[in-house]
Amino acid sequence: MTPTTGATTGTTAPGTAHSLASAARPHSLGLLRRIGFLPVLLVALVAGMAATDPQFYGPINILNILRNTAFLTIVACGQAMVIIAGGFDLSVGAVVALASVVSAKVMAVTLAAFPGSEGLATAAGVAAGLGAGLAVGLVNGLCVARLKVSGFIVTLGTMSATTGVALMITSGIPVYGMPQGFVKEFGRAQFLGLPTAVYAALLVLALMVFIQRRTLFGRYVYAIGGNADAAVVSGVSINRHLVGTYMLSGLLAALTGLLLTAQVGSGQASLGGDRMMLQSIAAAVIGGVSLRGGIGRVEIVALSALFLTILGNALNLLHIDSRLQPVFLGAIMVAAVALDELGRRRNARV
Amino acid sequence: MDIDTTTPPPTDAPLLALSGISKRFTGVKALDGVDLDVKAGELHVLFGENGAGKSTLINVISGTFPPDEGSFRFGGEEIRHLTPQRARAIGISPVFQEFSLVPSLTVEENLFLGREASVGGVLRAGEMRRRAAALIEELGFDLDPGARVDRLSRAHQQMTEIAKALLGKVRLLILDEPTASLTERETGRLFELIARLKDQGVGLIYVSHRMREIRALADRVTVLRDGRHIRTLDAATATDGDLVELMTGRRIDVLFPEIPHAPGKVVVDVENLTLADGTVKEVNLYARAGEITGIAGLVGCGKSELVRAIYGLEPVADGTVRIHGTPYEAPTARQSLKRGIAYFPANRVAEGLALSRPIRENASLTALDLDRFARFGVLRQGAERSAVGAIMERLKLRPPNIERPVGALSGGNRQKVMLGRALTRELSVFLFDEPSVGIDVGAKLEVYAFMKALVEAGAAVIVVSSELPEVLALSNRLYVMHHGRVAAELTGADKTEQNVLASFFREEMTEAA
Repeated sequence: MTPTTGATTGTTAPGTAHSLASAARPHSLGLLRRIGFLPVLLVALVAGMAATDPQFYGPINILNILRNTAFLTIVACGQAMVIIAGGFDLSVGAVVALASVVSAKVMAVTLAAFPGSEGLATAAGVAAGLGAGLAVGLVNGLCVARLKVSGFIVTLGTMSATTGVALMITSGIPVYGMPQGFVKEFGRAQFLGLPTAVYAALLVLALMVFIQRRTLFGRYVYAIGGNADAAVVSGVSINRHLVGTYMLSGLLAALTGLLLTAQVGSGQASLGGDRMMLQSIAAAVIGGVSLRGGIGRVEIVALSALFLTILGNALNLLHIDSRLQPVFLGAIMVAAVALDELGRRRNARV
Repeated sequence: MDIDTTTPPPTDAPLLALSGISKRFTGVKALDGVDLDVKAGELHVLFGENGAGKSTLINVISGTFPPDEGSFRFGGEEIRHLTPQRARAIGISPVFQEFSLVPSLTVEENLFLGREASVGGVLRAGEMRRRAAALIEELGFDLDPGARVDRLSRAHQQMTEIAKALLGKVRLLILDEPTASLTERETGRLFELIARLKDQGVGLIYVSHRMREIRALADRVTVLRDGRHIRTLDAATATDGDLVELMTGRRIDVLFPEIPHAPGKVVVDVENLTLADGTVKEVNLYARAGEITGIAGLVGCGKSELVRAIYGLEPVADGTVRIHGTPYEAPTARQSLKRGIAYFPANRVAEGLALSRPIRENASLTALDLDRFARFGVLRQGAERSAVGAIMERLKLRPPNIERPVGALSGGNRQKVMLGRALTRELSVFLFDEPSVGIDVGAKLEVYAFMKALVEAGAAVIVVSSELPEVLALSNRLYVMHHGRVAAELTGADKTEQNVLASFFREEMTEAA
């Protein structure tokens, strides 16, 4: 590498809209590469919708957007960690459903056995729901790490199995009989005008940013995704960390299941599902997580979850056929990966 | 013969004529007005440090990317919009260091990839098999056309790559460090082949850091530095000193440093070691503090596997390894680092570095389990940044920005990141596996100086290398391995090239008997 290289990496102009418009081409490209296309798209989408439909910025719609963004962000954070480590988690949607029905059932049963003890029932239900998510994640992780089956196949299998178990528990009927407090004071409660799910998502996001940047686990996940063989030679125990990413993903999916259950007021095997799984992968990929592993930041993933949620909301408001919406999602996801590849080729090594 | 070469018109006009070629990458000028001409039947060596622009230049010539400026004439015609396919079609055939082989396909399938013999979409397997076999026979390579590429050694993959380049019409052959993973014998075969190609009027561009090869092969040498053409010399009149001086822009008198060995107590003691895959058999060896212990041998003799086993990367079937006198059962990389053993893999891209991650993270990766860098699983980034910054300062990383991704670095700088790992924690045993593969003379000097500093500080250093001059000059005691066994242990005046070669030979004789 020639000694002049340092100049290009260090000196990108400060990010203002003004410099974006006026700067010479290489600079504007550099700036765009640094902040990414996502904020630009997001701003354009919000501005366009605000101009066309006043319903869009109504308080009810905004709360709706924030709540759905919260659910997607939590799942996508887990998904992102798995993908950064070089894997894939297709089971997240199924885990959302499983956690929902397991927690609802345990709460209902506990409440029936000990009438009046709402706190106990809630605690037991939450523990069971999160435990179910961790268990699925553990199975995923062990199969990937020990049996060396690809994450794609393993989680495809557990997705199918988990969905089956959730349906068996409920027989397809929603599970009622949860403590009222769990629904009224948690699921549907608002604090400073925002739903609890938003605070939960912010908390998870802050924690995940910390994990990625400041913990050994986060660093090793980057290293494993960047080059697993190098990580082995460097004395990193790969298996433990791979299992960790899948368990984290299962746990976060289960947490989303609990939040959704508390909001809906019943345990349902139809929560989450393929759509949630697809969206979580889309959010991760659009948020700059590389499918080759080793690259990605959860805060950008959260931004992309916001973008996807607003996009879905916009399509609804514009009365676009709901069957057409997955087509948009698919197209955007492919375009995001294509852009990522394009950027990689531009940055090809000298 | 299958190497089909069209006879060029007998003129003095060069086969390839580049003038004023420039190429920028996101603001960096990789090539700056470079001129190069290659005549038919000439071997033209490109010489320069890593990052001097050699790779970019051969990529431009083989159509990987277009030049920004300059004229490109091939066979007397102005060439524009060259693609890799078109380059091959007009007879420009590159052999890159990074292989262009599909691991899951066989040698034969790889040779014909993209230009299969077929009739109406149906492959003509028989013809291809015949041609592949004929070509391999012609080249004299010991290569099975039906073998899957991912099951081959690196040397055999290199042969496949060369064979692939020579299939079909070739007028200009580009070889990028082709001997890096070949044995002496295979290298000899390659040199014979090069001589034959020259007789047939094929032009060759040859990239190498090895003086001996340049001496043996080159007609002319073009020296590049910092993306600029420095000078083109006649190989017959240029001295090694001239070339190195032109390349680095400074004078280098001695390549290998004078290392004062002061052997202390035995640190690594290997007794009767046999590996599960049989690549190492009943090996006895020891390494002492304060000296460099060399292990020489041909590619595939088990020398790499031996040090990898000591570090815990290859399963051991039988035997004992003692570190500081205590037996080391079931080694793992993690345990080895805790015991003070460091390993520097030969293949830095495959086993050493996470290319997408910054220098800082790569350098600290082996030491994050220490309290200095992490407490209760939480990283201490300030400590990490200042430690890695100081280390890279000491290793003279240029530019000294530790946040750049390792993928953007040259071979020499990547090796520095690897060396930097050794300085992040307390270590007493250093295992170097082919330490100077793929790095230029300047970076080699720094690696050798690094080893010297380690030995002076009382560390035990083991160097495994296929480059005989290197192990001979660096080591205090030298083991020679052959077919998985230690064939000889040489010290003092016995440590000569002749004796090393003789010990290979003696083994061959006893085996034959």
